Amino acid sequence: MPAASATAGPIPARARGRPRVAPTDVLPLGFVACFLTAVVVLPIAALVWESRRQGARSFWRVVSSPEAVAALRLTLGAAVVVALVNAVLGTVTAWVLVRDEFRGKTLVNAVIDLPFALPTIVAGLTLVALYGPGSPVGVDLAFTRGAIVLALCFVTLPFVVRAVQPVLQELDTEMEEAARSLGAGQAAVFRRIVFPNLLPGILSGAALALARAVGEIGAVVLISGNLPYRTEVSSVFVMSRIESGDAAGAAAVAVVLLCVSFALLLAIGGIRLLVTRHERA
Amino acid sequence: MPRAGLRIVALGYLTLVLLAPLAMVVRRTFAHGLAPVWGSLSGPETVHAFEITMLVAAIAVPLNTVFGVVAGLAIVRRRFPGRGLLNAFVDLPLALSPVVVGLALYLLYGRTGWFGGWLLGRGIHVLFAWPAIVLATVFVSVPFVAREVIPTLRELGDEQEQAARTLGASAWQTFRRITLPSIRWAVVYGVVLTTARCLGEYGAVAIVSGRIVGKTETATLRVDGAYQNLDATGAYSVALVLAAAAVAVLVAMTLARPNEQVA
Amino acid sequence: MSIAIRHVSKRFGTFTAVDDVCLTVETGSLTALLGPSGSGKSTLLRIVAGLEAADSGEVLLAGEDATGLAPQKRDVGFVFQHYAAFKHMTVRDNIGFALAVRKRPKAEIRARVDELIQLVQLQGFAGRYPAQLSGGQRQRMALARALAARPRVLLLDEPFGALDARVRAELRDWLRRLHEEVHVTTVFVTHDQEEAMEVADRVAVLNAGRLEQTGTPAELYDAPESEFVMRFVGGAHRLGDRLVRPCDLTLRRDHDDGCVEVEVERITVLGADAKVDLADGAGGRLVARLRRDELEELDLERGEILWARPTPGTASAA
Repeated sequence: MPAASATAGPIPARARGRPRVAPTDVLPLGFVACFLTAVVVLPIAALVWESRRQGARSFWRVVSSPEAVAALRLTLGAAVVVALVNAVLGTVTAWVLVRDEFRGKTLVNAVIDLPFALPTIVAGLTLVALYGPGSPVGVDLAFTRGAIVLALCFVTLPFVVRAVQPVLQELDTEMEEAARSLGAGQAAVFRRIVFPNLLPGILSGAALALARAVGEIGAVVLISGNLPYRTEVSSVFVMSRIESGDAAGAAAVAVVLLCVSFALLLAIGGIRLLVTRHERA
Repeated sequence: MPRAGLRIVALGYLTLVLLAPLAMVVRRTFAHGLAPVWGSLSGPETVHAFEITMLVAAIAVPLNTVFGVVAGLAIVRRRFPGRGLLNAFVDLPLALSPVVVGLALYLLYGRTGWFGGWLLGRGIHVLFAWPAIVLATVFVSVPFVAREVIPTLRELGDEQEQAARTLGASAWQTFRRITLPSIRWAVVYGVVLTTARCLGEYGAVAIVSGRIVGKTETATLRVDGAYQNLDATGAYSVALVLAAAAVAVLVAMTLARPNEQVA
Repeated sequence: MSIAIRHVSKRFGTFTAVDDVCLTVETGSLTALLGPSGSGKSTLLRIVAGLEAADSGEVLLAGEDATGLAPQKRDVGFVFQHYAAFKHMTVRDNIGFALAVRKRPKAEIRARVDELIQLVQLQGFAGRYPAQLSGGQRQRMALARALAARPRVLLLDEPFGALDARVRAELRDWLRRLHEEVHVTTVFVTHDQEEAMEVADRVAVLNAGRLEQTGTPAELYDAPESEFVMRFVGGAHRLGDRLVRPCDLTLRRDHDDGCVEVEVERITVLGADAKVDLADGAGGRLVARLRRDELEELDLERGEILWARPTPGTASAA
């Protein structure tokens, strides 16, 4: 067969009106999809499968068992409390970091990220050291629900602060000046101008904090004592089911936690859309 | 709003929840002097725990860095069906309990799992061996580099890359000379966060590793193990090393932070 | 409401923004604060609004000392260069803000907002968000917002600076007509001398924080009191030892006393006028403005040597 010359060959796809798909277009996407499937999607799929394997009735039996319900109630209750505490105190902290000036502010700003950097089990250990038996400040919160809230506050502290800080930073101070020139007092400026612009940041930070708090185990496992019906959170419950060999039971409750995570992710995505609604020309 | 009052509230909250507990660890570690600490840290289980933690991080961090950059580019620069879903799955590990992650892997690679049986038949042990630890650690640290790269890429826009193409650069050259340098600090910041997450993983690894002392016990599991065995010095000394690593991470984060968040 | 600025000074660190400025603005007038960047005009305006505090001096509004008064209490409307729109509120809520903050009844707010929307010609945009408006529309909304509570003074900080040329021209015209309808004492800041001349009754020229001259546009053009004012308002160039305006330069082929030798560097046609760039041989550059018929009469060529002198009977400062 004679070698095809450049001019005698078939018309290239581009000339036919279709863009040529280069390997550089498909390869990265393929890699990303395969990696994500292998690492994240398949294990989750296996989990969902297992939870349904023994049928819906068995699923409900485990999920509605008194111990599981108690654990879930405690987990969600503590998480909501922690999200609220963070929403308020996290916003205050962000405000102080952006609008206030004091010596050591850079240090304080860096320290905020400690819960992101510190292993959760170490966090749990430090909380036991300070607020557990033998505490130098004379409190003993071990085996209490208060300890759980405290531990969860530790690990979720950065979320609202870091979500609100950039919003405060970017906030156009001219809007506040305009409001003042139009007759609004300090409180009205905060209520009508600053707060509505901060709200999406506060909400998405709180949602992330909630998601983290619901799933936390490392920080809680040492100080709470894991007493069933009293201080056992859902993540600990799932672990104890696995250790007892009840994989299906563990999977059922795990799927409930999975749904909570998905719901919160959706909420965060929704908040993002809501914000850009104002900005979409 | 009373300035001083707000400042006291914020700083008080931080002290109560962050700083005081950290100070305690230092105290408790050296409660019986320096020698027991050294003894603990040089013991074979502890040395092995650090070894396996670092091995796992050495695999997981580069993997997720490459993934994060490629995924970031794909999500920002291209439109394709399922882009939103991809983005959601990248973010999922952030919102997911590590215990759920551990269980999912346990079910996939266990004896009766989809892959488990097949792999065990060929003599490949995933669960209760280091591959499971790597898989778990990779899963939980997937989002960090991607989430730093994505907003940076969005803000930069692709004009510079278009300019490079008109000047004759190939796709790879554009990536290496234009794109990569411009996202450099976002990647560094993401790598720091990923490393911290890898070092600190507990829940997922607790389930899939089997906690076999001297073989599949990571540093975080060692802290727990020592504590359960009433070896306070052992637990606190490993915790102190991890805390020191965390402080190093904090310093790195502060230096590499992409945007100034303090006025 | 009249404004009296008495010996106001303001420094930012080592930089003096406003240096001992005394100025009176009469009730109902439309005054421009004109000057180059850094001349202190915006700072002065913000001091009048209460958004900055003067280091020394007084600001009197309607004869009363308002120096220490917060912006909320000054009854002043302020319009920002970049609109400062409340981006999370609709156009209607933006405009009605001043009244909402004063807790006026809803019906009153609605009526006043409708009235203002008609005034600024934003009918149909009431429910939109600022991001959905063009720059010119946003600035009209900002004006309506500032006027809602019927302030006694309206202050505008480079209001058209962020807009493109055509919109700027339209809004200048529009501001003038609005002032004729509403009659609020208005002060606006600009670096564009054409804008100041076209819109304002009186112009105050500022330079490096000092007030150079105040007067009507005609007074400033015809009788500038300093070289700066002459150059900044209307433009002027050195010819020998005098300053001459481009349109007051006569070009001739013969010469007598008072003429300076110049070389033609470039001839540009600008529609009905023409501009001739000249070099005076000593390294200086001049510009002459001629009518097209004058240009044709002279029949100039690039590189040609001519004689230039100020047209007799025109103003020029040494």
